Amino acid sequence: MDLRALFKDAGLAAFVAFMLALPMVGFQTVDVSGGVGLTVVTRFGDVAISVALVFVGRLALSLLHHPSWRLPILLVSAALALGLLVVKTPYPVITWLTVLASAVIAVRAAWLVFDLSGVIDRDEGNRLGDAAAFIGRWFGPVFVLFAVIFPFLPTTSRYLLDLGILVLTYVMLGWGLNVVVGLAGLLDLGYVAFYAVGAYSYAIIARDFGLSFWACLPLAGLFAAFFGVILGFPVLRLRGDYLAIVTLGFGEIIRIVLLNWGSFSGGPNGISGVPRPSFLGMPFHPNPPEGTTSFHQFFNIDFSAEHRIVFLYYLILILALITNSFTLRIRKLPIGRAWEALREDEIACRALGINPTNTKLTAFAIGAMFAGFAGAFFATRQGFISPESFSFIESAVILAIVVLGGMGSQIGVVLAAVLLIGIPEFFRELAQFRMLAFGAAMVGIMIWRPRGLLAHREPSVRLPDAAGARR
Amino acid sequence: MTRTPLLQVEHLTMRFGGLIAVNDISFTAYDREITAIIGPNGAGKTTVFNCLTGFYNAPVGRLRLTGARGEFLLERMDGFRIAQKAGLARTFQNIRLFPRMTVLENLIIAQHNTLMRASGYTALGLFGFKAYRDAEREALDLARSWLDRLGLTAQADWEAGNLPYGSQRRLEIARAMCTRPVLLCLDEPAAGLNPRESAELRELLTEIRDQHRIGVLLIEHDMSVVMGISDHIIVLDYGRLIADGTPAAVRSDPAVIRAYLGEEETDQIPPEIARDLRQEGRV
Repeated sequence: MDLRALFKDAGLAAFVAFMLALPMVGFQTVDVSGGVGLTVVTRFGDVAISVALVFVGRLALSLLHHPSWRLPILLVSAALALGLLVVKTPYPVITWLTVLASAVIAVRAAWLVFDLSGVIDRDEGNRLGDAAAFIGRWFGPVFVLFAVIFPFLPTTSRYLLDLGILVLTYVMLGWGLNVVVGLAGLLDLGYVAFYAVGAYSYAIIARDFGLSFWACLPLAGLFAAFFGVILGFPVLRLRGDYLAIVTLGFGEIIRIVLLNWGSFSGGPNGISGVPRPSFLGMPFHPNPPEGTTSFHQFFNIDFSAEHRIVFLYYLILILALITNSFTLRIRKLPIGRAWEALREDEIACRALGINPTNTKLTAFAIGAMFAGFAGAFFATRQGFISPESFSFIESAVILAIVVLGGMGSQIGVVLAAVLLIGIPEFFRELAQFRMLAFGAAMVGIMIWRPRGLLAHREPSVRLPDAAGARR
Repeated sequence: MTRTPLLQVEHLTMRFGGLIAVNDISFTAYDREITAIIGPNGAGKTTVFNCLTGFYNAPVGRLRLTGARGEFLLERMDGFRIAQKAGLARTFQNIRLFPRMTVLENLIIAQHNTLMRASGYTALGLFGFKAYRDAEREALDLARSWLDRLGLTAQADWEAGNLPYGSQRRLEIARAMCTRPVLLCLDEPAAGLNPRESAELRELLTEIRDQHRIGVLLIEHDMSVVMGISDHIIVLDYGRLIADGTPAAVRSDPAVIRAYLGEEETDQIPPEIARDLRQEGRV
């Protein structure tokens, strides 16, 4: 073991960390009390701690190459990670970083000590793929059941219910985008545009024509699908990167039009007072307008603001489940198989007489339609919409959900949505480092599961009595 | 037996910039016959195929397909309609299966247009109407008959990309056959096959001609395949048609020998090759 080389390597890593940390961590500008100016505060202590952490961490990672060091490193790093989780220190950020770093090292050490490389097969992922199929088949109904009783669990607070609605909205958007990206293989970076079209359609139709939510919902889907076709036409010949750029542009166009067309969309002020949904025509209101019966009056219960939240929760749950079952069903129909074939090889599709134009346009239209439904839901839930809600980052998050979940995997989308939307909520105490943890999780998933969390493809058709045909 | 013309190519010309890849070619392929297009590398064989199947739009020439589905002028049709309406199916020099879909799915996708109609363009299929379920069963039966024929029934649920190379070649032919074509165009189907697989291919192609009773047009370098099963051979060189006839006639055509062996006098051919040629009575 060449200790000199090890220390040199760790020293180099520490030097790089120092160069990075000195300007970024070392100096902080803070408001002078009274808010009349800024002053610079130095944090050289934090710099020293960061550099020391990098040095020790790099050394530990290098030492992992030597079998005799693995177990001690595992024990020390695991103890450190667990210990700092329990102990309260006055420096939360440094503590979190140390916990994260030692946890990574502990996982890496455990990997080597217990020789776990066989558990996750990086390229094949067959075993996890089978696990995904198993989870999908057996846990799918359990998940649905859990989602159904979730509002009535004693632990469910108003906050958790809101979070559930948010996660379900993204699950639905992920399932919708899955049609375009996962099945048809068309990389769409402007998906949020259709979400916006759906939201504004509902808001404007409901405001100007007084139609109810249930009448507006199909209209919102229809308008979004129409815009999907409009986007689809010019990009028919494009693939991959070029398609991604054009769809990105389309998403921005919609947002900028909404931002600037004040007389139509209210511009940056958005549209407020979007009508709330009603339950079979019964509003959720403590004092319903003349001639209508409120939900709580009809069921003869006390009024509670939570009724509407629970109703919204079930609404998005049903919408999401419709999206899911529609996608699962259409995958087994000729059009769904043609989407997948188009993803695999467009030239072969044409040689088999499949019309690539229609096939692509239907994929865009159906994906957009579900975004439109979700948009209408978003508008009615918020009661207020503005172009700010439909920025590019939303498209990126939805795409990340689809890609991280595993292209084309329905249950993967659910897991990724919980991970990407739910988890950041729990890490709020990390403040601005929240996005750092988010990024780290995404990099980790891409390293260990390059084809997504649960990349598994179930054949859309099997021979009817294929006893011997199963592998 | 009278020969029915299936595909008539007249004055086909294709240029890429200054390069004339195919120069004023006319030939006829007959129904229920295997027609082979041969020629040295770069002779324009694949270009002819791409013009036929609509991947290129030839500026000059008439491509008339007169099959069981009626008469079609292929040069006026979009790429996918040639396969959909006229009934011309093709395979590719570098195999183009759908690698991450199963073997069975590959065969079902080939029946896309039939199934689309049966599913009422998705609307009826979504609600599981009986007409669609019947059509799907028929599609599965056709796929199964091909799987049985190729001996791939046990691998029906494999990803097509995981099949051995020879099986992928045959699956691609079966997939083209599942579109129920009137003319099957094969671009070097024997490339990369070992002698046993090549023999199986010959058997498969004669079976397609005799039992499915359709025309086959193939590009091939493997002379055992070309000479063994073709009814009719067309030879191209530098984009021109230099010979057109039965295998025996083409084999002894001096222009063909020149194209394959060079312009020199026959006595400048390496002695061992000249001896072989003399023994076969070609020179």
